[in-house]
Amino acid sequence: MTRYRQRHLLGIEPLSREEILVILDTADGLREVLDRPIKKVPALRGKTVVNLFYEASTRTRASFEVAEKVLSADSLTIATAASSVTKGETLLDTVRNLEAMNPDMIVVRHASSGAPHFLARHCKSAIVNAGDGAHEHPTQALLDALTLRQKKGRLEGLQVAIVGDLMHSRVARSNLWLLTKLGASVRLCAPPTLVPPGLSALAPVTHDIDEAVRGADAIMMLRIQMERMAGGFVPSLREYHARFGLTEARLRHAKKDVLIMHPGPMNRGVEIASEVADGPWSVILDQVTNGVAVRMAVLYLLLGGAPEAAL
Amino acid sequence: MAGLAGFRVRQELMDAARLHRTLLRMTHEILEKHPDTARTVLVGIRTRGVPLAQRLAAFIKDASGRAPHVGALDITLYRDDLTTIAPNPVIQGTEIPCSIDGRTVVLLDDVLYTGRTVRAALDELIDFGRPDRIQLAVLVDRGHRELPIRADFVGKQLTTRRDEVVQVRLRETDGEDRVLLLERDVPAAPARRKARARRR
Repeated sequence: MTRYRQRHLLGIEPLSREEILVILDTADGLREVLDRPIKKVPALRGKTVVNLFYEASTRTRASFEVAEKVLSADSLTIATAASSVTKGETLLDTVRNLEAMNPDMIVVRHASSGAPHFLARHCKSAIVNAGDGAHEHPTQALLDALTLRQKKGRLEGLQVAIVGDLMHSRVARSNLWLLTKLGASVRLCAPPTLVPPGLSALAPVTHDIDEAVRGADAIMMLRIQMERMAGGFVPSLREYHARFGLTEARLRHAKKDVLIMHPGPMNRGVEIASEVADGPWSVILDQVTNGVAVRMAVLYLLLGGAPEAAL
Repeated sequence: MAGLAGFRVRQELMDAARLHRTLLRMTHEILEKHPDTARTVLVGIRTRGVPLAQRLAAFIKDASGRAPHVGALDITLYRDDLTTIAPNPVIQGTEIPCSIDGRTVVLLDDVLYTGRTVRAALDELIDFGRPDRIQLAVLVDRGHRELPIRADFVGKQLTTRRDEVVQVRLRETDGEDRVLLLERDVPAAPARRKARARRR
C-alpha cells in the first residue's frame, strides 16, 4: 500500500500519482462521516490548526473549518484584514508568533506565489497551501478530481476543458498537474491576453470556446478575476461573455453527459450563464461537499499518523 | 499464502470445516438470545469482522427465514493510538444500514485481544444512536485484555503468549478459510552476531 509521505501539502506538482490517489481514496472513505447523525469523530483530538487567510475566501475557509471541526481538531482562523498584519507585521513574523503557540498545522492562503513554500522552510508545523497567488490551489484540484471520479467512475481518458482566466488562475494550474498525472486529457481555452507565456507547452490552448467544448466530458469554468483585471485584459465583461461565456447553446457541442464545474465564486452572466450554472449538468455544489471530504483527508494524512522520524 | 513476515505457523487452530461449524454454532447461540431478527443488527468491525457478519446473517436467514441488517464499522478514526502509529491506517468507511435506536447490535470481530478495538467500536456505535443493547461476538478470544471488556459469543477461546499472532484467514479477504497460531521465527540476532564477527 502506498502512503502519503509528504510533511506538507504545498502543491500538486510535487506529488506522485500514487500520493494523489491515496488522498482521493482517503477522502472517499471519510465522506460518509458527513452524513452521520453526529458529524464528529475524535481522530484529531488535541491537534491545533491555524487557518491564516491573507486573501478573501468563503468556500475554502469554511470548508477547512468544517473539516477541522468534524475531525475534532481545535482550529482558529485569522483573517488578516482584522489582524496585526494591517499594522505592518511581516508574514514570517506573524507565523513565528503563531508558531510560538504550538500549532500542529498552518493552512495558508496568500496573494504571493510561493508563500506556503517559504513558510515550509521556516516552520516546524505542517503547512497546507490554500491558494498562493497564481501558482497552486491543491485542495481545489483534489476536490475537482474527487467529483469527476465520483461522477464518471474514472479519470483516465477523460477529456477535460478548462476555460477562462488562465493567466491568474491557480485552480487551472493545480488541475492541469493533477489531471495530467492521472491520465486525463486537458485542453485550455482563454482569450490570447489571458494565456500566460509557456502554458501551451503543457496542454493544447485554443481561443475558441466551441472548439474547447466539443466532445468534452467535463468543462471547468474559471472565474474572471475582477480584482486582478486592472491590466485591461478583456475589452468588457459583456464582450467576454459573448465570446467566452458558457451558455446552453454552446453546450450542444459537448457530450450529452458533460459535467459543468466551477471553483466559485461565480460571476453569473460573465463566464457562466445562470441556466448552465443551475442546470442538470452542474456539479458545482457536489464540488463544495467533496471539498470538505478532501480537506478532511489532507488533515488526517498530515496530522493523523506518527511522524516518520518516530518510527 | 498463509503467514506473516518474521513468523511461522505453530498450529492450525481451525480448518475450513471447523470454521464453518463454529460459525453455525454461534448463529444458533445468537438466535437463541435474540430470536427477533428484525430487531437485530450485525455490525462487523473492518476488515475481517465484515465477512463474518455477512456469513452469520446468511446462516441466520437460513435458520429463521429472515436476515438481520448487516453493517460495517471502520474504527480507525476512533483509535486511541492514531497519532502514534505510522503509516496512517487506510480509511475504508463505516456503513450502518438502518437506525440502531432501540435495536440489538451484535458487534463482530475476528480476534478479541487487548479489547482496544472493541472500545473504539463501542464509542463509534454510540455516535450513531442509542441501541437497546450491544453484544460482542468474536471468532477467537486469545486473552490479554487491557480493558474491562468481554465477549458474549465466542467461537474459540485459547491461551496465547503475547508474542504470538492469531491469524484469521477468510475466503472473502484471503482466499481460504483457516485460523492459524503463528510464533516468531528464529530471532534475527544470530545473523547479526555473525555479521559483526565478519567485520572484526
